[in-house]
Amino acid sequence: MHVAVLQFPASNCDQDCVHAVRVLGHTANLVWHKDTSLGAADAVIVPGGFSYGDYLRCGAIARFSPVMQAVIQFAAQGGLVLGICNGFQILCEAGLLPGALIRNRDLQFHCEQVYLRTLQRDTAFTSRIPETSVLKMPIAHGEGCYFADEPTLKALEAGRQILWQYTDALGQATDAANPNGSVQNIAGICNARRNVAGLMPHPDRASETLLGTDDGKYIFQSMVAALQKA
Amino acid sequence: MHEPAITPELVQKHNLTPDEYTKILTVLGRPPTYTELGIFSVMWSEHCSYKNTRPLLKTFPTKGANILVGAGEENAGIIDVGDGLAIAFKIESHNHPSAVEPFQGAATGVGGIIRDIFTMGARPVAALNSLRFGELSNPEVRRLFTGVVSGIAHYGNCFGIPTIAGEVYFDKSYEGNPLVNAFALGVLRHDQITRGAARGVGNPVFYVGPATGRDGLAGAAFASQDLTEESAEQQRGAVQVGDPFMEKLVCEACLELLATGAVAGMQDMGAAGLTCSTCETAARAGTGIEIELNLVPQRAPNMSSYEIMLSESQERMLIVVTKGREEEVKRVFEKWDLPWAEIGVVTDTGRMVVRHGGQIVVDVPAAKLADEAPIYFREAKEPAYLAAVRAFRLDGLADTTNPGQDLPKLLADHTIASKNWVYRQYDHMVRDGSIVCPGSDAAVIRIKADSVPVLRADMDPTANVDKYVAFTVDCNGGYVYLDPYEGGKAAVAEACRNLACTGATPVGATDNLNYGNPHNPEIFWQLKESVRGLADACRAFNAPVTGGNVSLYNQRGALGSIDPTPTVAVVGVIADPAHITTQWFKKEGDVIILLGAPIDLADPLQGLGGSAYLRAIHGRKTGTPPRLDLDQAVALHEAMRALIYGGRVKSAHDCSEGGLIVAVAESCFSQQIARETHRFIGATLDLTAFSDGREDALLFGETQNRIVISASPVDAGKLLAQAAALGVPAHLIGQVGGDTLTVKTARGTFSAPVADLHDPWWNSIARVMA
Repeated sequence: MHVAVLQFPASNCDQDCVHAVRVLGHTANLVWHKDTSLGAADAVIVPGGFSYGDYLRCGAIARFSPVMQAVIQFAAQGGLVLGICNGFQILCEAGLLPGALIRNRDLQFHCEQVYLRTLQRDTAFTSRIPETSVLKMPIAHGEGCYFADEPTLKALEAGRQILWQYTDALGQATDAANPNGSVQNIAGICNARRNVAGLMPHPDRASETLLGTDDGKYIFQSMVAALQKA
Repeated sequence: MHEPAITPELVQKHNLTPDEYTKILTVLGRPPTYTELGIFSVMWSEHCSYKNTRPLLKTFPTKGANILVGAGEENAGIIDVGDGLAIAFKIESHNHPSAVEPFQGAATGVGGIIRDIFTMGARPVAALNSLRFGELSNPEVRRLFTGVVSGIAHYGNCFGIPTIAGEVYFDKSYEGNPLVNAFALGVLRHDQITRGAARGVGNPVFYVGPATGRDGLAGAAFASQDLTEESAEQQRGAVQVGDPFMEKLVCEACLELLATGAVAGMQDMGAAGLTCSTCETAARAGTGIEIELNLVPQRAPNMSSYEIMLSESQERMLIVVTKGREEEVKRVFEKWDLPWAEIGVVTDTGRMVVRHGGQIVVDVPAAKLADEAPIYFREAKEPAYLAAVRAFRLDGLADTTNPGQDLPKLLADHTIASKNWVYRQYDHMVRDGSIVCPGSDAAVIRIKADSVPVLRADMDPTANVDKYVAFTVDCNGGYVYLDPYEGGKAAVAEACRNLACTGATPVGATDNLNYGNPHNPEIFWQLKESVRGLADACRAFNAPVTGGNVSLYNQRGALGSIDPTPTVAVVGVIADPAHITTQWFKKEGDVIILLGAPIDLADPLQGLGGSAYLRAIHGRKTGTPPRLDLDQAVALHEAMRALIYGGRVKSAHDCSEGGLIVAVAESCFSQQIARETHRFIGATLDLTAFSDGREDALLFGETQNRIVISASPVDAGKLLAQAAALGVPAHLIGQVGGDTLTVKTARGTFSAPVADLHDPWWNSIARVMA
């Protein structure tokens, strides 16, 4: 798998994404936000960070960048696009994913490990996640509270697009396990076509046991499996 | 432009003494212009010149085989970590700005220290901070605490640096004058070290970063006087506003710029902004520098030369470019959409010349301004309060009758309690290098290929990049107050002990000296004595000081001076990642061994002087703090590392505030697996053999040089023998297992469920802040 990792001026997880992809035996390169082409990429990762400083609203400016036009086209052709943290926010702002991410309910930034339950395994991002396990991955965000109106939520449920929920260690989506107030403990979703996904937790920071957890690898492995099938 | 006439009142307003003004007349051979007066006042402030402390700072050990850039040479020291790689690190204070405007004050403190690191050509990869506040029962203190923590979080998180370690103490002495000391560490190769020198006569001087505004006018001078209600109010304008997004762009652009090879010198505009960066770069290179202020990007109309030169607008850099290579530099600025301007040229005159619209407004000898600030040997007098401190004895203080009640109280003490409310707000995992996160004795990061700045085209990639670096910051200001010399020693020893527990060997230290007004001989005595302690300890542990910062005048009106607080960050390396050790117990059935003496019976206070126990349980802040024998400390740390290298140590946690039982309790419950998910593991201690002293001293005394380790029972004998052979007392004191912490002494037994002990420790700060 060769991954294009977008680089906005204040992306700060761009190198982490490249590192994680390489650690898992694949290749990746950075694509500058002013570029209009993604090159020969099998998949795209929109990484975490603060894109353009995010003083207006997270991801609000990034969606207008030249490279995002290329990403929109790539997604329209069925290409795999994964948004992590700020990348998830950008994909929502760009309209590639429904809903929005707003300030955490306690108004504080949260950096901590969380548990995730995977709700759907028939996607390019989840097929290799073991059936029985909850995943452990870190979050690091101030605006990760997923919000969508009732019709959108209904559509997400009907389309089985809610991929991950914040849970406790036993996989229960309790309120205490919800770090930011996301509706239905939603941590990540995909689009109706199932080729674009976003999540607030960081699989890129969870790909080596040395860093405390390597559960993030399942998401990247799922993408590889999907590409091999295609 | 009309400038005010220089009068004695104006000189005094600039915080310059008549003698200092006379020295300015001698340096210039004429009266200064208004702008020059402003320039001398900031450059000769304590913040920039160390005029009150330079003789003391000279007593620090600063030499070492691994030191590539030493203390005072540049913006930050640099230490060799092998394989052609090096680390740059430094700590700096932003106390007064944070007292006035906590969010921006702390945020710009982080911004400033990050700039000091990438100015050296290093990529900033880790941050930590050392904070002091008054007591959280005071709503104003809670406001400051909230503001400082969110300011640090805002800047560091957006920039993308893991804020991975730190310490916070709460004491009334910091009520009106909190301390915010920020540390950053960067990585670079030896051949990437950049100098803040204006080299090459005829080379153009570039300004990059946002436009200069009226914010932060003369912040360095503000930081070098007592904080009063009026000054705080008036000086709100001296607090700068930070933009971490801009800093990220400037950092990436500068590192890319250095990779072009077109940069002859680089310096950030920190304290004293354009003034400091121009005269220091010229002074370092032995050249001169000439700039035109009309070329400097300006945010406000009609700014005077005084304002432009003294502004501390943030995120600005001064870059000296090799003549003829300007286009390469401009390309990088444009890629990152950064404002830039060519503002001047390097000259051979040795003078710093500033023109404004062609007219000369400043013409001073750069080296004399930068390096020849007056030096003061202040009067030192032993503080009167120390007589009562030394006379304090335990006779009137009944021994504890209910240690089971004391323990949760101590664990809930805000200084001892978990700082999760703080560090959860800091992104401490960005950059994929955080191996030991906040919550253990010292943080450990991994340096990897992408930690190194962009390489020049002619550089071969580094063969072996992976390095493991540990760091921590410590200072028990209460100890320093009660015995400045011992307290200074203890600060360094605790930091080095924390590193030893992690498996790391110290390679260098950076210190931040926070004190009251040095004109007060009692304050200066505190300063002098504690520096002596720091220096002796740094020598003993082979941790040379590579730089740091001095912050004086930390006092506010009737609230008086802060406790003398020389915070010390020590950095260490771990050769083999298998040696990285954490503080929490690992397995049921493991044995618990205490390295060091259970109690120091030679100390009349048995380790209770200045202890958290005396303060939190008895409301007393007094008594000579426990002695720290440096030879024993060195032996303990060497032994700790040797035991870890032997592969038999499963956990190691140093005894500090709260003593032995707090250390053991923390070993039982401090492992956090994930949000709302903690690992609790009980322990049973048998301390009946140590019945010679007081019960409270045995349990909660802070006798120095002690570490609690755990190991498999089959290894216990070997570890005890090995420790003895290395000259360190070692005692088997208990076993890991069960759900309770149970402690048996000669006087009885107390026991509590680990979960019940964890709750006050984990939640006490969050509860008071809710």
